[in-house]
Amino acid sequence: MSYDVAIIGAGVIGALTARELSKYRLNVALLEATNDVAMGASKANSGIVHAGFDAMPGTLKAELNVKGCAMMPELCKTLSVPYKNNGSLVVAFSEEEMETVKELYNRGIKNGVPHMKIIGKDELKAMEPNLADNVCGALDAQSAGIVCPYELTIAATENAVTNGVEFKRNCKVTAIDFNNGEFTLATTAGEVKAKYIIDAAGAHSDEIAKMIGDESVKLVIRRGEYFILDKAVGNTVSHTVFQCPTKMGKGILVSPTVDGNLLIGPTAEDIEDKDDTSTTPEGLKTVKTFSVKSCPSVSTRNAITSFSGLRAHPVSDDFILGPSKVNAQFIHASGIESPGLSSAPAIAEYLADIITKAMGGVEKNGSFNGVRHDVFRFRHATDEEKKAAIEKNPAYGRIICRCETITEGEIVDAIKAPAGARDVDGVKRRTRAGMGRCQGGFCGSKVVEILARELGTEVNTITKFGGKSNILFDKTK
Amino acid sequence: MLNYDLVVVGGGPAGMAAALKAKECGVEKIIILERAETLGGILEQCIHTGFGLHYFGEELSGPEYAAKFIAEVAETDIDVKTDTMVLDISETNLVTAVNKADGLLKIQAKAIVLAMGCRERPRGALEIAGTRASGIMTAGTAQKYVNIDGYMPGKKVVILGSGDIGLIMARRMTLEGAEVKVVCELMPYSGGLTRNIVQCLNDFNIPLRLSTTVVETHGKDRLEGVTIAQVDEHLQPIESTKEYIECDTLMLSVGLIPENELTKNVGIGIDRITNGAVVDEMRMTDHPGVFACGNVLHVHDLVDYVTLESQIAGEGAANYILGKGSKETVYVNTTTGNGVRYLVPQRVNIKNENDVKLYFRVGRIFKNAKVVLECDGEIISSKKKVKLAPGEMENVIIPAATLAKMTKDSSIVVRVEE
Repeated sequence: MSYDVAIIGAGVIGALTARELSKYRLNVALLEATNDVAMGASKANSGIVHAGFDAMPGTLKAELNVKGCAMMPELCKTLSVPYKNNGSLVVAFSEEEMETVKELYNRGIKNGVPHMKIIGKDELKAMEPNLADNVCGALDAQSAGIVCPYELTIAATENAVTNGVEFKRNCKVTAIDFNNGEFTLATTAGEVKAKYIIDAAGAHSDEIAKMIGDESVKLVIRRGEYFILDKAVGNTVSHTVFQCPTKMGKGILVSPTVDGNLLIGPTAEDIEDKDDTSTTPEGLKTVKTFSVKSCPSVSTRNAITSFSGLRAHPVSDDFILGPSKVNAQFIHASGIESPGLSSAPAIAEYLADIITKAMGGVEKNGSFNGVRHDVFRFRHATDEEKKAAIEKNPAYGRIICRCETITEGEIVDAIKAPAGARDVDGVKRRTRAGMGRCQGGFCGSKVVEILARELGTEVNTITKFGGKSNILFDKTK
Repeated sequence: MLNYDLVVVGGGPAGMAAALKAKECGVEKIIILERAETLGGILEQCIHTGFGLHYFGEELSGPEYAAKFIAEVAETDIDVKTDTMVLDISETNLVTAVNKADGLLKIQAKAIVLAMGCRERPRGALEIAGTRASGIMTAGTAQKYVNIDGYMPGKKVVILGSGDIGLIMARRMTLEGAEVKVVCELMPYSGGLTRNIVQCLNDFNIPLRLSTTVVETHGKDRLEGVTIAQVDEHLQPIESTKEYIECDTLMLSVGLIPENELTKNVGIGIDRITNGAVVDEMRMTDHPGVFACGNVLHVHDLVDYVTLESQIAGEGAANYILGKGSKETVYVNTTTGNGVRYLVPQRVNIKNENDVKLYFRVGRIFKNAKVVLECDGEIISSKKKVKLAPGEMENVIIPAATLAKMTKDSSIVVRVEE
């Protein structure tokens, strides 16, 4: 099969770009090296939709962040993805930091950020009473929000597949050839031919570029560690609370999540191994120390889990978007660090625009439907909706995950969905089964059973997240 | 909407014993709601013996112990709905539940017994650094895989925490052919029963390392090893004692947490130490007509004690429904003195006219100490103990005669004297 476009990497950028391209009459393949979408930076980041005052005026980051932030609410609604416009605060602890706050405000004005204001201590404490007593003031950016990053990726992929994009998992690109105006990609799932490539391979996008002889993508892999705290303390703050930024990033934030938990982190540590998402004792300690500075009541005694995510920091400090100097049919989408998630909807449009302009005269896909199929969420349904759903499908009456109230019906839906779940973590990201207080202690084995049943396989072939992450060995004696 | 005199939430040993006792006391319409496919609760996966020594005077396996109660329930007209999850309890004791067959159920109860049991503390709560490989699970999850599903969850095992489930699983995995390399315990003493340390570790030459913890996990897909380290007196890992141990499985047995989400939703007061409801001597919470018993109230070490406690709750619920029991209520709080971590019940109705047994746990190990009960400054009893350990639940009785002399301003203190 020869495709018009092969997108390498099913993170939030690859997925949204695939969906954007499915608006046109194009054959698009979305190639993912692992067992699921959103397995890199897209599953482990802060989930913040930044207002857009951080990036320097004139950069792609600045332009696409402000644009993406404005697009996010409507996109999330269309894709049934949780989003909340909770606003953000950059908190200053000294007069010197208040100067930084003013600088950020001015930068925001230049970048075109709407609804910002600088507030003093009293107003700040009235808005967020749990902040430390030594705060001086803050930059209040009302357009900022929070979103579930992996759910956005999952939804975008599902919708792209519904609109004709082909999703290939466990399809790691190992070599790229170019002959007669067409690329041939050698992958772990066979050969793929495509006229255009979009390199959205995240931390590995530099390696992909090198496969066509393009050495220009220079990345530093930066790791960030986080804690997720119990919903019992989810309302410690209502805004996303940043401290003043440093050259390593935006610092440790304290934020509610769209699911009602409290998120604290991330650290920023440059590392060598591009897949090393382990947490460290030092990193976790740093998160604790700095989050308490913003909110003294935050305690990791309420932690339900910790995790780390990797971001591909471009040495150039700006997103790398556009045709390669080596081959114009190879489009870079690299170095998408923060505000990458916030910018993602705008980046997808930007990349689709490059492709359609380059190909010239591409017809619109008349049957495109951007609305994601209905996803039933038992925990959000009214009694009447619950009754109706169980009548239609009794599996919605069987609770599998007791902490998050997730039903068997929702788990089966997640497996059967376009580009659906194939492993335990995939079910978890799509349904939240196993994401609660007990972290899958009770429901884990039931999810394994349901996966095996729906996929027609033995339970000991089921993995946590693909590869060799099997959960069970042989049968007992 | 359905109407019942008594709704019992949970059909494990606690729920069954409470329902049976309430029936015996004359309550007519009783229903047990159980989230699993069968009655019996966690006992169903506890295929080892050691249950029933106190209550039945014989040594039974978990399923055997449960079977006795399941059979008794079957002989009564107590209704049972399995595979049924309770979603909510209202201020007015309206219970919302769901299952496949009935859909959404609304049940109005005169009284409710909470018997939801407990869950295991997961990895996330421990702050162990490292990768998120597969092969890291709680001991109870591993127990279900082995004993119910019939699959091996690992071959080379390290166990963190010497709680009873961890000790039992050390033996179980060994018998199934796995190699249990070490059991690490953060504290300088085990949280498990002495008999389990002897029968599950010592008999199989499995080393128990006290004051030792897992500091890091390794392996990208499946777990490949863990780093363990000794801890100092502040429980902080000592860098120079770090040691890598190759393993494909890390089992956690690091504590049990009563599952009180429903309880909290009703607005019932929770004891900060037990993580269970605050109750009186009949196990009634501060929400009239709602009782709690078993591991949802406080974590027990023996199911026999769960049964005994749940019978009290069943009788309490029956009294409440039938308008029996003490006519007057004057509560006196029980107070933990030196060495005592918690006391259940947390308050006693001094007008109840019966002896009241207080259950408690100590905060650390004591040798040759005395358990003292002091009411209104007077020593009521002082009992010598060769050894007191946090892993073993103790009790002390307040005689009815002592209660009869009390007023609302009285004090009840239990303490350890060294």
